[in-house]
Amino acid sequence: MDEIQRKLQQNSKATREDHLGRTICYICIGLIIALVTCILYFIASKGIATFTKDHVNVWQFLTTSNWEPTTMDSKGRPIVGALPMIVTSFSVTLLAALVATPFAIGVAIFMTEISAKRGAKLLQPVIELLVGIPSVVYGFIGLSLIVPFIRHIFGGTGFGILSGTLVLFVMVLPTITTLTVDSLKAVPMHYRQASLALGATRWQTIYKVILRSATPGILTAIIFGMARAFGEALAVQMVIGNALLMPKNLVSPASTLTSKLTTDIGNTVMGTLPNDALWSLALILLLMSLFFNMLVRFIGKRGNIKNAS
Amino acid sequence: MHPKRTDKIATGIIYAVVATVVAILVFLIGYILYNGVPDITWHFLTSQAQSFSAGGGIRDQLFNSLYLLLLTLIISFPIAMGAGIYLAEYAKDNWITDIIRTSIEVLSSLPSVVVGLFGYLLLVNQLNMGFSILSGAIALTFFNLPLLTRNIEESLNSVPNLQKEAGISLGLSDWKTITKIIVPEGLPGILTGVILSSGRVFGEAAALIYTAGQSAPSVSYTNWNIFNANSFLNPMRPAETLAVHIWKVNTEAVTPDAHAISSGSSAVLIIVILIFNLGARFIGNHIYKKMTAAK
Repeated sequence: MDEIQRKLQQNSKATREDHLGRTICYICIGLIIALVTCILYFIASKGIATFTKDHVNVWQFLTTSNWEPTTMDSKGRPIVGALPMIVTSFSVTLLAALVATPFAIGVAIFMTEISAKRGAKLLQPVIELLVGIPSVVYGFIGLSLIVPFIRHIFGGTGFGILSGTLVLFVMVLPTITTLTVDSLKAVPMHYRQASLALGATRWQTIYKVILRSATPGILTAIIFGMARAFGEALAVQMVIGNALLMPKNLVSPASTLTSKLTTDIGNTVMGTLPNDALWSLALILLLMSLFFNMLVRFIGKRGNIKNAS
Repeated sequence: MHPKRTDKIATGIIYAVVATVVAILVFLIGYILYNGVPDITWHFLTSQAQSFSAGGGIRDQLFNSLYLLLLTLIISFPIAMGAGIYLAEYAKDNWITDIIRTSIEVLSSLPSVVVGLFGYLLLVNQLNMGFSILSGAIALTFFNLPLLTRNIEESLNSVPNLQKEAGISLGLSDWKTITKIIVPEGLPGILTGVILSSGRVFGEAAALIYTAGQSAPSVSYTNWNIFNANSFLNPMRPAETLAVHIWKVNTEAVTPDAHAISSGSSAVLIIVILIFNLGARFIGNHIYKKMTAAK
């Protein structure tokens, strides 16, 4: 009797497997969450040290343009001003997005509205390959083609924001295109039918109906592209010139947050001020990435409300 | 202007834009292959890199890239699989799931250099793993996890709900339904995702500079003892990958034939990634046809 009772009350093998499997899945997802928390915590605590431990003024850090972490100013505070890098980072990002967006929207319109068949057959692989080319290869091509080209036309060294922009343009193009395609595809078919039935031409339909109703999606696409451009390190580092100067024009050597980080973090000693200041740059990168994320969410929410009402 | 003419002009412009983009890609790939393929010789693929003299090869870098890719997949695939199954099958529609999705999004949008620096801080410094293949593989896992997880989740979600209902109505447990019905059905999509992410990992450099290191000490390819510092399998040795090598010879400019080395290496990278891309397409289609009755 006890034997049977025990057997009946015991979990079956399938149930135990079920619990085990579920637990494993929970652990995996837990690992990812822990990882994200860890990254945020470590980078933030390292990045803040410049301001808490070394008493650098945050405002001064963001708005002055001298980067000499080993020397002190008259008040005994180290001179670290990240403005040139911040300006350069934002310039290349905005310019790249500005150049890439028309191309991306054009390709996306072609893929969804004009020739869906050829779009899927020809352009989908093109976009995928553009994503697949590693960033160092982009950097190498920039170094051996774009930089000499710009040197030839504008004189100077050829390194600078313009070269960075051109390299980033190709790199963010697939990101913006893919997401724009998704948002154009999400426009309901009856919008198109209604517009065409009213006698609008294809372009009128695209311009006045489809692009308008896909605007939140396209904005999201552009922001994702900008996030990629902002965080891209090596390709930019290879063509930007890495001079810690305020960029005077588009063809003078400059330095972005990411390029400064990649070149210098190995040359400084952990825990010293020059090193801490670099971690603050990493913190800026992290915060910008979070900001782009929030922007996307914000647009997504507003877009949804518009569609619902 | 007449709307019809505007329509024609706009269509023309769009065609021109598309042609430009295709031309850019054709030009890029053509440029790399045209310049790089002549540099790829047997000697180039099988000899050691030289720092200060011309004629160096990429044997160690190529092997390191492949080994690192393998380790990364071994570490990241099971975690991504578990997380993907959780999101696709177990996650309820509540605020916890919302937080989880947000953190995965945040992780996937982090710049790879930040991920690399975090790896440097945590693995290389705090955990004292030094510049090593293992540090590199874990850093690449951080970088690979969100994309792979989302891909697996999407593949599993694309399996029709009927399949799950059928499994459960036959009295299978949840876990059996997932592992025996849903995962096999989603496998083509998962495999495609894994191969595509391999391409990404293979070309990644920013996350590796400060985790796997920038030097390739000479190793012996006959020493199979994984714990021996000299062995090619030892995961605790520093390992410069192909992508890092291209970056390094270009920025340090001490190697006389840097241009030839980088064009050759770029061509190798591109060829491998082309193989991954085509392979993903082919394998995905092939398995899909084999497992379903679809044509």
